Formats: sequence, C-alpha cells, structure tokens
Amino acid sequence: MLRSRTFQIAVPALIVMALLPLGVDGYILGLLTLAYYYAVFAMSWDLLFGFAGEVNFGPSFLIGIGAYTAALLNHYWLWPIPACLVAGAFAAVIAGAALAVPALRLTGPYFGLVTLVAVLLLQNMIVLFAGITGGEIGLDLPDVLSIDDNTNYYYALVFMTVSGAILFGLAQSPVGLILQASGQNATEAAALGFNVAKHKLAAFCISAFFSGLAGAMLIFYMGTASVGTVVDIAVGVNVIIAAVLGGRRTIIGAAVGAIFLIGAGELLRPLGQLATFVVSAVALVVILFFPGGFMGRILQSGGRE
Amino acid sequence: MLALQILIDGFAISSLYALGATGFTLIFGVSGVLNLSHGAIMVVAAVIAWWVAGTFGTGAYIGALAGVAAALACAFFTYRVIVRPIQDSGAIPKEEKEIFVLTGTLLWGIMLQEAVAYLFTDNPKTVRPLVEGVVMILGVRTPWNEILTAALSWGAIGLLYLLVNRTRTGKSLLAASMNPRGLTLLGFEMSNIYVLVWAIYGILAGIAGVLLGAFLGVSSGNAGTLTASAFSIVVLGGLGSVSGSLMAAYVVGYLETMTAYLVSPSIRTVPVLLLLVLVVYLRPQGLLGRR
Repeated sequence: MLRSRTFQIAVPALIVMALLPLGVDGYILGLLTLAYYYAVFAMSWDLLFGFAGEVNFGPSFLIGIGAYTAALLNHYWLWPIPACLVAGAFAAVIAGAALAVPALRLTGPYFGLVTLVAVLLLQNMIVLFAGITGGEIGLDLPDVLSIDDNTNYYYALVFMTVSGAILFGLAQSPVGLILQASGQNATEAAALGFNVAKHKLAAFCISAFFSGLAGAMLIFYMGTASVGTVVDIAVGVNVIIAAVLGGRRTIIGAAVGAIFLIGAGELLRPLGQLATFVVSAVALVVILFFPGGFMGRILQSGGRE
Repeated sequence: MLALQILIDGFAISSLYALGATGFTLIFGVSGVLNLSHGAIMVVAAVIAWWVAGTFGTGAYIGALAGVAAALACAFFTYRVIVRPIQDSGAIPKEEKEIFVLTGTLLWGIMLQEAVAYLFTDNPKTVRPLVEGVVMILGVRTPWNEILTAALSWGAIGLLYLLVNRTRTGKSLLAASMNPRGLTLLGFEMSNIYVLVWAIYGILAGIAGVLLGAFLGVSSGNAGTLTASAFSIVVLGGLGSVSGSLMAAYVVGYLETMTAYLVSPSIRTVPVLLLLVLVVYLRPQGLLGRR
C-alpha cells in the first residue's frame, strides 16, 4: 500500500492542496471547493462503472435525491446540518436501491436508459411541485456550512480525501476484485460462486451513499439547492466526462478529472460560449487517443493496478 | 373537435418522431452503435436550413437541401472521426467499447450544440415551411405544412422500406444486422455497409431536423431532449426493431399530445417517462423487440 503508485502520487498532491489556502485567494479556493465535491461524484460513479461495469447515466439522480432531501428537511423543519447530511445520504441509498434492484436485472443500454429516465422524472417532479421544492429557481437554505472560504475549503478537502480513501480501499479490496470480475464477465464470476447481483447492488448503494452525501454537502456550501446545480442532466454528463477523462477504474483518476474539468472551465471563461466546446473537444481527444485517461497511463504501468 | 385536433396534431408529431427514431434504430440494428449526437445533428440540419434560406434568400427548398447535406456531413464525420476509431482501437478493451462510443458521441453532440449556439445564438429558430397556408379539416385549422410534414416523413420511411427489402444493397444491410460474420464470409466488405448505413442515417436525421425546424422550431438547447426522445422511442419499440420504433413513435406522440391538450403542457413528457420505466421493467426487450 505504502509503496503503491497511487499512494506516492496522492500524498504529495494532498499536502500541496492542504497548504493552498496559505497562498491563493478566496475565489480560487471557492472554485476548488466545488471541484472537490465534483470529485466525490466522479469517484462514486467510477466505482459503479469502472469496477461493477454498469453505466449509470443518471449520477445526478442520486446526487439530487441526497441534496433535495437535505434541503427540504433544513428549509421546512430546520433540522441541523449534520442530521440533514445523514438523512440525505440515506435517502440516496434507499432511492438508489429502489432503482437498482429492478434495474440491475437489465443490462447495457437498458440499465443506462432507466438511470437516465430516473433523472428526467426527478427533474420533472421538482419542477412540477415548484410550490414545495422551489422549482427552477431553487430552494434557499437557512443554514450554510460556513461563511469562511478557508473553512469551506477544508471541509471539502477532508470530505474528498476520506471518501476517496474509502472508495479506493474498497476498490482494492477482495470485494473490489469480485466487482471487477462481475463487470468483465458476469457469467464466469457467478460460476466461480460469487453472488454477482448482490455485489453490484452493494456497489450501487455505496455509490449512492457518497453521491447523496456529496450532493447534500454541496448545497450547504452553496446555500441553495437548485435543479441546475444538482439534478440537471448536464451535471451527470460532467461527472461522467470527469471520470472517463481522468481514467476509469482508478478512482483517484476520477478526482483528477473532476478538478481538471472545473479548472479548465474556469480558465477558458474568457472564451465565453466557446468554453464548453473546447472542454468537450479536449475530452474527446483524450478519449480517442488516450483511452486510459490522465491517470490510466501513470498508474497502470505500475503493475497490479 | 378537440379530439380531432389531438388526432391531427398527434399524427403529425408522431410521424416526425418516427422518422427521427428510424435512423437512430437503423444504426443500432446494423452496427450496434447508440449515437448520442443524434439530437445535435438534427439541430444542425434545421439551423443550416434556416440560415441558408434566410441569409442567401435561396428559398425554402434549397435551404432544406442544404440542411440535409449538413446532417449528412455530420453523420459521416461522426462515423469516421469518432465511432470508427473507437471501434478499431486496440487500446480499449472490447467490453468497454460501448461506453466509449456513448461518451464519444455524447461529447461530439455537445460540441455541435455549442458550435451552433456560438455561431447562430441559442434563440429558437423556425425554418421557413416548404408550403404556406392552412386548410380546414372538418373544422380544424390545419397548416399545410403539418400535412406535408407527415407526408414527407412517411415518404422517407417508405423509401427506406423499399430500399431495405427490395434492393440488393438494402438486403445486405438487413443481413448485417442479423449476422455480420456470415456476411463477411460471403465476401461483403463490412466497412462499406457501415458507411452506407451512416449515409442513410444522415439523410433521415437531416430530413427530420429540417421538418422539425419548420413545424415546431428548434434551438440549440433542444439537442439533448431530441436525443433522449429518440432513445426512449427506440427502447420502447425494441432496440433495433424498425417497426417497433414506428409503433412506439405513435404511442409517444399521441401520449404527449393528449397530455399537453387535456392535462397541461408543462407535464407533457411525464406520462411517457413513466410508461417507459414500466415497459423497461416488465418487458425490457421493448414492445416488438426480439432477443
């Protein structure tokens, strides 16, 4: 573990990130805070896709359920933030399980479609019950995590590090190997005596847990929950691009991809409308010419990973 | 009166959906590719038709032709630059090709959409209809354009049917969807067949895009919704089954129109989504799907 490539790359990077608030201004910190939450979205997506081999087109369904559960509890019943976060995460797990139990019987494009439809339905419901949910405008929250940039930054950094470590550890564990086997050849994995459905369901629930928790944290950072930030298809698309760009089946790569994606979007802001075009073009080039993503090449040359 | 209105409007929109989804399902049936840039290609066709007809004053017909040509070019590009390299790539494991094609075409679709928004702004654009005027059908005011939309959609689908079932080239397409290896053994070059399929797809998507632009108007922001609706229709009908897609297009078209007229336009798509979830759970192969 200590000698693995991932560890050698991750620790110095984390130290640099932890020291950043000493040298950069609040605006950049705010941007990175957002990027770290996206990193958790992308890492949980990678657990499901990279390891379990299931393409979830609707990561923002899980994110949105977590975020809106927390937001509604905080807005109407004034639950304290920690309670909202826990409730949001568990709501996402329950919704994820409700989606996954029937959906995992399906494969390939069908599974993808069901997850996509789930997002569209959630989005429609939120807009339809605008009186309760705030609709397109969003729901403002009485509480925020903190008003201090540095504190927010450290919350996000610690959250990303802990989630990343858990997801990475899980992916490297025997369970992760079983998942990987189920993803690559479900029949053979089942023939070896592993319960494929159970493992995939577990992966889905874990993915849902971290997505929901990150979604709930994100809205308490922003102070408002809106369709555009946590439910929209575009959010899910960004998560998928980040994970594939960073290198699937690496977990850490997904985080790198997410930070790159948010950073690039910001650097290209002077281009105006063309920024999205350029980011998509870069992502396309990476997919076509370096299918392993940013981290794929660095990590995979290191052996077991 | 209202019933007739729903019947007519629903028929026109359903025919358009059917045309849009036919190309999508054809590509999937023959080459196993789900093209997520579908909606963006339709938008390009509509916007180019609008631009050529409006800026150069060439009239609606030349504009429409230019739109279809643009869609054809986009389809070729999608195949040559994105789909083919991914399929040929040795660096991507076989079981992951599907997700790479999906992600690649998705990104390409976003690029097309953003390019359209940048060059032509994202305001909704209405293509000048090929024919003007309205006609009364049993007391319902119906624009000629709506009738033409349905007729042209069915004309294109009919031509495709003849091509696939009556010509040698078309039969090779059919064979490719059933058993590509067998076809290769018979001496057919698969890559030629794929190019042909993408060409047909480009033309169908182009016609659908231009007609949609003339019927409802199109903005670059519609690309995602258009892809999603083609995807849902195709899954509802059964992936790769053309007749299933046609049927599903009518189910979706009428369900949407009825919801919009009888309940509220704001929840137009909700019943379709619910139906889709139900069908996928109870009958994942779709209405007419095999396997």
